[in-house]
Amino acid sequence: MTDLYAKQRAMRNMRQAAMQRGVVAILDVGTSKIACLVLRFDGPEATANDGVGSMAGQSSFRIIGAATTRSRGVRFGEVDAMQETERAIRTAVQAAQKMANTRVDHVIATLSGARPRSYGLDGQVGVEGSVVAEQDVSRVLASCDVPDFGDGREVLHAQPVNFALDHRSGLSDPRGQIGNELAVDMHLLTVDAHVLHNLLYCIKRCDLELAGLASSSYVSGFSSLVEDEQELGAACIDLGGGTTGISVFIKKHMIYSDSVRMGGDHVTSDISMGLQVPMATAERIKTFYGGVVATGMDDRELIEIGGETGDFEHDRRTVSRAELIGIMRPRVEEILEEVRVRLDAAGFEHLPSQQIVLTGGASQIPGLDGLASKILGQQVRLGRPLRVQGLPQAATGPAFSSAVGLSLFAANPQDEWWDFEIPAETYPARSLKRAVKWFKDNW
Amino acid sequence: MQQVTQSVRRDPAPSRWGYRYQRLWLTPSFRRFVRVGLPICVVAAFAGLYFMDEGRRENVSLAIADVRSSIETRPEFMVKLMAIDGVSEVLNQDIRAAVPVDFPISSFDLDLEDMRQKVVALAAVKEANLRVRPGGVLQIEVTPRVPLVIWREHDGLRLLDETGAYVATLPTRAMRPDLPLIAGQGADEQIASANALIKAAAPIGDRLRGLVWIGERRWDLVLEGDTRVLLPTENPVAALERVIVLNQTQDMLARDVAVVDMRNMQRPTLRMNTQAVEELRTIKSIETEAGIQ
Repeated sequence: MTDLYAKQRAMRNMRQAAMQRGVVAILDVGTSKIACLVLRFDGPEATANDGVGSMAGQSSFRIIGAATTRSRGVRFGEVDAMQETERAIRTAVQAAQKMANTRVDHVIATLSGARPRSYGLDGQVGVEGSVVAEQDVSRVLASCDVPDFGDGREVLHAQPVNFALDHRSGLSDPRGQIGNELAVDMHLLTVDAHVLHNLLYCIKRCDLELAGLASSSYVSGFSSLVEDEQELGAACIDLGGGTTGISVFIKKHMIYSDSVRMGGDHVTSDISMGLQVPMATAERIKTFYGGVVATGMDDRELIEIGGETGDFEHDRRTVSRAELIGIMRPRVEEILEEVRVRLDAAGFEHLPSQQIVLTGGASQIPGLDGLASKILGQQVRLGRPLRVQGLPQAATGPAFSSAVGLSLFAANPQDEWWDFEIPAETYPARSLKRAVKWFKDNW
Repeated sequence: MQQVTQSVRRDPAPSRWGYRYQRLWLTPSFRRFVRVGLPICVVAAFAGLYFMDEGRRENVSLAIADVRSSIETRPEFMVKLMAIDGVSEVLNQDIRAAVPVDFPISSFDLDLEDMRQKVVALAAVKEANLRVRPGGVLQIEVTPRVPLVIWREHDGLRLLDETGAYVATLPTRAMRPDLPLIAGQGADEQIASANALIKAAAPIGDRLRGLVWIGERRWDLVLEGDTRVLLPTENPVAALERVIVLNQTQDMLARDVAVVDMRNMQRPTLRMNTQAVEELRTIKSIETEAGIQ
């Protein structure tokens, strides 16, 4: 755990340095696109007369550069061909830098694949003294017994979700309160270490310093769930290119995260196989004519498939929209069924509110909300990311929810395990403290 | 065929070095260096290389000197003559000798302060004011020293002004009969008191021959016929006025008196000539004889 502490704390310091400099880049390495946003932090915004700033405090930064590029060498949200990925990252970063007209050294990255796995941890400890102190919080966090998540896994997030003092639960900050027994519930998210290291290596090859890491499903929930959804309980389904991320929020904390290794690219490849067309054509057909609910009208709407093989018969084929929907729907259903399974496994039905928000690039399929409500439950809506200052119109769609969420995360991250003090027992300064105590007692 | 089409397709990604180059250009300090620092360095380097050669350095300094002299010798800056105001012919000649200037000369080559010092260094000049007047005239305005007394020393006569400063040498007393004469060692430092005495002695001015500074502490008034008035150290003007009053009431000085000793103000003393004393005794004895008889 100390190794993790050190690494994550170093990353936090880097983030502080980046904030000091005022410019930080956001890098969303996805399966279908790589997005890079350049944020400029101007310090706390001057609030209006009533003391309420605009955009609920999210306007402390401004996006001054944005670029996306077609992703290459990424499969299932994981780096597959490192050289290709590196070049794609360079393209995106350079374009964003050019737009921002400034050089960016610090980058906060997100990870969409890498098989995230959630663990619920809890710890309990007696309070020293009558009032819960900083050190008690540290000790209770340290007392959580970490599950054996196996070699080759790295902790990406470890957030204290809930504090309980004696029989009072649901405390967000127990410090200064009176009690005897302090308990904590913590959410731990681990990912595959080698996938993470591949991505970090790519970023390092681009001369960028990593100032933070976040899970893509977490940050897209951050940006596309509205405040009461986060508070009362909701699931964010981020339908990406290669993976579908699931994150469950309650009381403004993520309590569960998972990902399904299927996404929009699989729909495209189904079309490509079913219609015998190249992937690029299949992608075009999907985005122009795709859908999941067929009507009688769709039987009569014929789509020119096109092609340039030179064979007239082959190049002049047409397909009805109903046929296309017939290809797409089973795959979309499969993805949603898989999401349903994951949510059931996580016990989503026990939450007080079961709002489901669909976001991500693949959520733009027409009729998806209707299909999803049949599979996932009645409370389904399509989510778009929060509007942030300076974001270009082209980057306001649901495909950018994780990029926007990551900028919000960069601006004000939630407290994680490593943001708390190190408990005094493991601290080498303890002997000094003891000496001071001895002096105090004897003099 | 496939291979060819693929290689023709443009790769949008920048190369590693291209990317670094772009980032370097976006670094503000680097941009500043290239836009400001580098041109300065290049210009400095070229200048340094050019002036490394001795001959070129000389050429440039010569060219500068040429331009400078061509400006300085323009007729607007030339001084053609010297005008001296407020002095006699003799002093005029002296000043011209003291500041020899080769006309015409550029006004840049004239060191007016140095010339002023030289003019002021002349004994007869009290103050001097030099300027170059439009029209190329070097104007020297001189305030000459005005001689107040003649000081007789063992080697000749000197003219002194009111501060005791030397003005000129006088060949003979007859050349300046209007000025009073003083004598005695250190008399030049007592011009003020001498002047006061001379003014006070105006009623007997026609008898006055001069003043003698005795023992560097007091004045003697020498009158016609070698009569002396010995004045005290303290308050000599009052003593002199008393003598003058005595003279006016009793016509004292017209008598055969050798010395009027006023050194003790309570007890003025007269010393008479030998002949006068004998005469007096004779008169007295005659009077006594007449009384006896």
